[in-house]
Amino acid sequence: MQPTNTRDPDYYHKVVDCQWACPAHTDVPEYLRLIALGKYSDAYMVNRESNVFPGILGRVCDRPCEPACRRGRVEEKPVAICRSKRVAADLRDDITPRLPKAPAKKNGKRVACIGAGPATLTVANDLLPIGYEVVIFEQYAIAGGLMRTNIPSFRLPAKVLDEEIGYVIGMGADLRLGSPVASMRKLLDQGGFDAVFVGTGAPKGKELKLPGRNDTDRIHIGIAWLESVAFEHVDKIGERVLIIGVGNTAMDCCRTSLRLGAKSVKVMARKPRGFFKASEWELEDAEEENVEIIVNHAPKAFVVADGKLQGMNFERIEYVMDGTDIKDQRVVEEVFIPCDDVILAIGQENAFPWVERDLGIEFDKWDVPKIDKASYQSTRPGVFFGGDAAFGPKNIIWAVEHGHQAAISIHKHCVGTPLDERMPRGVNLQSRKVGMNEWSYKNDYDASARRLMPHVSLKDRFKRLNIEVELGFDAGRAAEEVSRCLNCDIQTVFHASLCIECDACIDICPTDCLTITTNGDEQDVVTRLKAPRLNPDQPLFVSGPLKQTSRVMIKDEDLCVHCGLCAERCPTDAWEMQKSWIKIPYAEDEARCQSEPALRRA
Amino acid sequence: MSFISKPKVANPSLPSNELGLNRRDYEGSMSTLCAGCGHDSVTAAIVQAAYELALPPQSVVKLSGIGCSSKTTAYFVAGAHGFNAVHGRMPSIATGANAANRNLRYIGVSGDGDSLSIGVGQLAHVIRRNLDMVYILENNGVYGLTKGQFSASADIGTKSKKGEANEQEPIDPVLLALALGASFVARSFSGDKEQLVPLIKAGLSHSGFAIIDVLSPCVTFNDHEGSTKSYAYVREHSEAPVAADYVAPQREISVSYAPGELLPVTMHDGSSVLLRKLDPDYDPTDRAQAAAYVQERAMRNEYVTGLIYVDQKRRDFHARANTTDAALNSVPFERLCPGAAKLPRILASFR
Repeated sequence: MQPTNTRDPDYYHKVVDCQWACPAHTDVPEYLRLIALGKYSDAYMVNRESNVFPGILGRVCDRPCEPACRRGRVEEKPVAICRSKRVAADLRDDITPRLPKAPAKKNGKRVACIGAGPATLTVANDLLPIGYEVVIFEQYAIAGGLMRTNIPSFRLPAKVLDEEIGYVIGMGADLRLGSPVASMRKLLDQGGFDAVFVGTGAPKGKELKLPGRNDTDRIHIGIAWLESVAFEHVDKIGERVLIIGVGNTAMDCCRTSLRLGAKSVKVMARKPRGFFKASEWELEDAEEENVEIIVNHAPKAFVVADGKLQGMNFERIEYVMDGTDIKDQRVVEEVFIPCDDVILAIGQENAFPWVERDLGIEFDKWDVPKIDKASYQSTRPGVFFGGDAAFGPKNIIWAVEHGHQAAISIHKHCVGTPLDERMPRGVNLQSRKVGMNEWSYKNDYDASARRLMPHVSLKDRFKRLNIEVELGFDAGRAAEEVSRCLNCDIQTVFHASLCIECDACIDICPTDCLTITTNGDEQDVVTRLKAPRLNPDQPLFVSGPLKQTSRVMIKDEDLCVHCGLCAERCPTDAWEMQKSWIKIPYAEDEARCQSEPALRRA
Repeated sequence: MSFISKPKVANPSLPSNELGLNRRDYEGSMSTLCAGCGHDSVTAAIVQAAYELALPPQSVVKLSGIGCSSKTTAYFVAGAHGFNAVHGRMPSIATGANAANRNLRYIGVSGDGDSLSIGVGQLAHVIRRNLDMVYILENNGVYGLTKGQFSASADIGTKSKKGEANEQEPIDPVLLALALGASFVARSFSGDKEQLVPLIKAGLSHSGFAIIDVLSPCVTFNDHEGSTKSYAYVREHSEAPVAADYVAPQREISVSYAPGELLPVTMHDGSSVLLRKLDPDYDPTDRAQAAAYVQERAMRNEYVTGLIYVDQKRRDFHARANTTDAALNSVPFERLCPGAAKLPRILASFR
């Protein structure tokens, strides 16, 4: 095998599983260490640089980082990364002086953003500090988009939203509330904008066309219903509610129903539990509130008598499973389940009735705009899409990343440089050695189990709609939880020329990551690893030939707990613990790079 | 030296032996030796061998004297019995323990100072006794604990860290053991576990005294240019006339080797050691030839490694002393100590 090129910024980035899995590449271990030190404001700012909304995301992020967390591979449960982020937000001091500021002198470029959701707000956050004028058109009287209308306030309090949206708007965005854009043509022709960003989300809930659907007004579309609740147009529901679908929206609908007077809420799932779309923790939270999840029931018909919804008929299905796959299925019986209301939460899609189809913005056969996956530009130059509007429903953290990338594209579009010539990511490494066997990070493995999130009691939480259920970690509990982080960004950097092949690192490694063996092709080398390679997706480090025997040092990154013992037991400092900083370029970097040509050459 | 302990987490693919224990279960406490010390690799080889042989930890006795090497018994098989003896006196303690309980496995770990200087007399006699134990001599040519003076195994001409050359004749533990009639004599290198682990396993299965001289570089005081016991020098100057593969009792010998090249030696517990001749003229059962071979190679500045000599027929300490088959702690007290009334009769039998 060829020696691994660790100068490739992706190599060490991949080792930091959480940061690699995060669409916005938040430097998780760095901010967890800051939380451990009680530096909550610093931790907040590290977060904010990449994910813009630490307080919001610390409550409702879909947390792709946690399933990726290495701790979940060496032990059962990953670090509670998401809720630790919330701690940084909850316990921070006033950080407003540290926010980026828009320059007094603008660059003369105007950008229109449609829809004041997370994607748009990220675009504004990135473009305002480099001199852009950003006009945000929002159809409702309040900003936030889906974060405001579809996430119930018992999960995401309005105060948190107001604060973090306020940080962006406060930089000088021209926020025009109650201003739906009725015609893209008009905006493009008469707006006088240099670029347009569409961040209108996926606002159309999917229909369930079954007999009886139109015979009653007690069947609601999930996201529209949540929106009505958020705007206080709806404040009650019947005693018996059926939720159709078992995604995260369904979880929000069932829990909201309980707070509006429902006594019995059943979530109806077509398939077995392994197929649920909802995140495990959202299911847990719903079940804690005694929501019943009924599996293997396919909706057949709404039963309406005398103009009143009586209930629903379902087909009960039996599945023949082959491991985790469905091999066959058959209908066992038809079941009637009585109810007063039905909420449909079976998906949502984007919709653009206000975008004329002859503007050069092409739509595909599913009537979805054709968007470039790297630049987020539509087929009409200068018109960009991001968030759920671009590729359908994802989640907030993806919307943020779309916003960052679209902001770069918008800047490049406005200054006239090619959109695909983007700054690459970078990596910086800095030694963490501060003395003999002393490191400027805590390398002792903490065997504690994951902390549990304290909740408001079941008795009290239903009193008002907006009582936040999760209480958040206090400082002590947060310090314990973040100590579970393995510091995967403190990399084991190997200098082959110093190695004397004494085997000390091989012997001490607790998880048998290291091997010294003769080189060969990958298939051959992996047969000689000290422990079998369990996870081929994880990088394999291969050194150059070693001095004494020409063998190579191999490290399987999969289970490395970054305890630093290889470096501590190395007599020649051939192993060294170095912090990796993954440099993710933003619009600001592109702008600086452009104004300082020396940077571009570097 | 590290200040944290080795994390208890292990690779989930770590296999278990017949006792349901994995390799990590045979570890001991955290080493406080210098980073890169050869002794830590020997420790890892003992851990591996004990795991592979599925030794019940409570059936193992680890004994040592004084010195860097003698600290290492703390670093393997935490569940074993242990005794840290006076400098150079480990063989006497081992003899007493073995006399009292022959059913345990005895692993002695010593160094070149403990064995060849202060303890050379003890070593000589435990070899003569053919006591059933594995004696691992971690040999680095210097007194590491007292900052690197030459030990009795330092070769003529080898340089100290300061640059002075050694003038005195070395004691070669392999030749010493051959001369005194040891029944299992091996040499290996801490940096070559592929060779060392099977040797330790074979030594543990051997009935009688098994000595393994392990060249184990002192990374702090004897790993420089000019040293004949540095990692680089030992790697360049080692040569094995035979390769030894250990085969557990219940396994069939299924490896195929060219005929004539293979010499299976059956151990008393039913296991086998397969000796593959790398030098066709070498016979590891010929004591005189073995001694000559080692001496001749030493003159050419070469270390002979591997299983150098083995003799399964020589009777061990218990056979020669005609002791009881059982461990003394299992013999009823009345039989073990017949009492004052029987004493005259016993005394009379010696008249």
